[in-house]
Amino acid sequence: MRYIRIITKRELAAYFSTPVAFVFIAIFVGLTGALTFYVGRFFDRDQASLDGFFAYHPWLYLLLVPAVSMRLWAEERKSGTIEQLLTLPVTTTQAVLGKFIAAWLFCGIALALTTPMWVTVNILGEPDNGAIAIGYLGSFLMAGAYLAIGICMSALTRNQIIAFIAGSLVCFLFTMSGIDLVLGAFRDWAPVALVETIASFSFLSRFQSLTRGVVELRDIVFLTSITTFWLFATVLFVDAKKAG
Amino acid sequence: MTVMVEFDHLSKSFGDFCAVDDINLTVTKGEVLGFLGPNGAGKTTTMRMVSGFLTPTTGTARICGHDVVSAPTAVKRLIGYMPEGSPSYDDMTVSAFLKFIAEIRGYSGAERDARVARVAERLDLRDVLARPIEVLSKGYRRRVGLAQSILHDPPVLLLDEPTDGLDPNQKHQVRGLIAEMAAEKVIIISTHILEEVEAVCTRAVIIGRGKVLADGTAADLLARLPDHTAVSIILPAAAAAHAAAFLRNLPAVAAVFETPGEKGRIRLRLTPKAGGIQVEEIAAAVRAQNIPAIEIFQDGGDLDDAFRLITTGGVSQVAA
Repeated sequence: MRYIRIITKRELAAYFSTPVAFVFIAIFVGLTGALTFYVGRFFDRDQASLDGFFAYHPWLYLLLVPAVSMRLWAEERKSGTIEQLLTLPVTTTQAVLGKFIAAWLFCGIALALTTPMWVTVNILGEPDNGAIAIGYLGSFLMAGAYLAIGICMSALTRNQIIAFIAGSLVCFLFTMSGIDLVLGAFRDWAPVALVETIASFSFLSRFQSLTRGVVELRDIVFLTSITTFWLFATVLFVDAKKAG
Repeated sequence: MTVMVEFDHLSKSFGDFCAVDDINLTVTKGEVLGFLGPNGAGKTTTMRMVSGFLTPTTGTARICGHDVVSAPTAVKRLIGYMPEGSPSYDDMTVSAFLKFIAEIRGYSGAERDARVARVAERLDLRDVLARPIEVLSKGYRRRVGLAQSILHDPPVLLLDEPTDGLDPNQKHQVRGLIAEMAAEKVIIISTHILEEVEAVCTRAVIIGRGKVLADGTAADLLARLPDHTAVSIILPAAAAAHAAAFLRNLPAVAAVFETPGEKGRIRLRLTPKAGGIQVEEIAAAVRAQNIPAIEIFQDGGDLDDAFRLITTGGVSQVAA
């Protein structure tokens, strides 16, 4: 645990060592606000809820989360510091987890800075605060799942741009697999079981049920197991591709 | 003598390419081993395997009895490793980077700060502690790499080209540091700078195409040169013809080569017959003949010649 904590601390400091972190957070907070008010027509809905706010999170994460994770391993390999890091007495698993937790905390900080929205709906009306808390939990878990995919793509290349694009692409597939547009393409010919399987892998449907304020254990298990799976894959890829 | 590092049939292949081919070595405490070889010989790959970064295809290395394949973390605790090019996190300051390494090495609080201060002192880094690593010159970066490798005072130190990019003063300083630490440690230095071998190494291992080609002291390597007992004499041109005729007939001398030198002088190089030439005997004979020699010296070739000879396959025997 101690090693994971030290690596997390270093990675988190690395995020804030450049203004990029602040720009990123500003974009995230600004966009969630703008989308909620202008695109989501927050006032016209005339409801004291954050449904319109959470609805845009998967789409924002699609582009922003791979940007957070893209440097985590690609940069280590490009600059050769991976050799320095992995010849210290830490295991690859500890290094992967340390980096993941740092990135997740970073997303958590960005997410926490959107809480003025929560305050706003409480001033304007009487929202279901339990549902909002679950929405935040769901959003945070989903960010973790996107990050795990992004960090895995980062472990596959030394080019951060490729890591970003590949990360966005895989996250996109996981997000889109739940919407009717995609499922419709399969429904005509594929067996129902396959369509259901594809749909069940969607982050979107899992997240939507969480933002409705329904804590279903299987949704939480789904998101955490997806995260675990991609982190496990990351450990394998880092080990396999160390020399390259 | 305690064996601290043991290479046991260490091999590494990348696909069909065999980078390191069955290396067996033991290194004992107090030895400074120079790991030499042409570029691409497998030096860095070997260092990476011993440090636990790469897993050997077959064979293993043991550090103080710990196997790098089965107990990599134990090995990593015992070694200080400076990778080739000493990569470090460019966005961190020297101080933050060294503190990070110190924490990973298990130090915290006052002990951590004391360790960082000590290596900064030893490597002359105090002036740059607050600067980001990315703005430092190559010499400073190399010394930051060295500083992190000795921070925990490891029993085994692996340095991949430690003086590459340093100016002569810094080289002298780093070699002094290595000599100072040598007695209590095993230090393995990979290099292609041969003067380093004479300056700091007690033993040199030359590898080529992944195999050990030679293993011994610098003097042992020089002895590989066929003419390693050759002698040169510098004398005025007027005396050259007479001297050459006389020297050619000495029993130990195989041939005499004349080359014109500066200020009207001639250099005569005497190559030996099988038994070798004793420079003292030549000096005595020259005096007895009243040859007006200006300089007489052993001229058997240098380590560069030995290195070329060994790595280009000129010498057939392979060290046991």
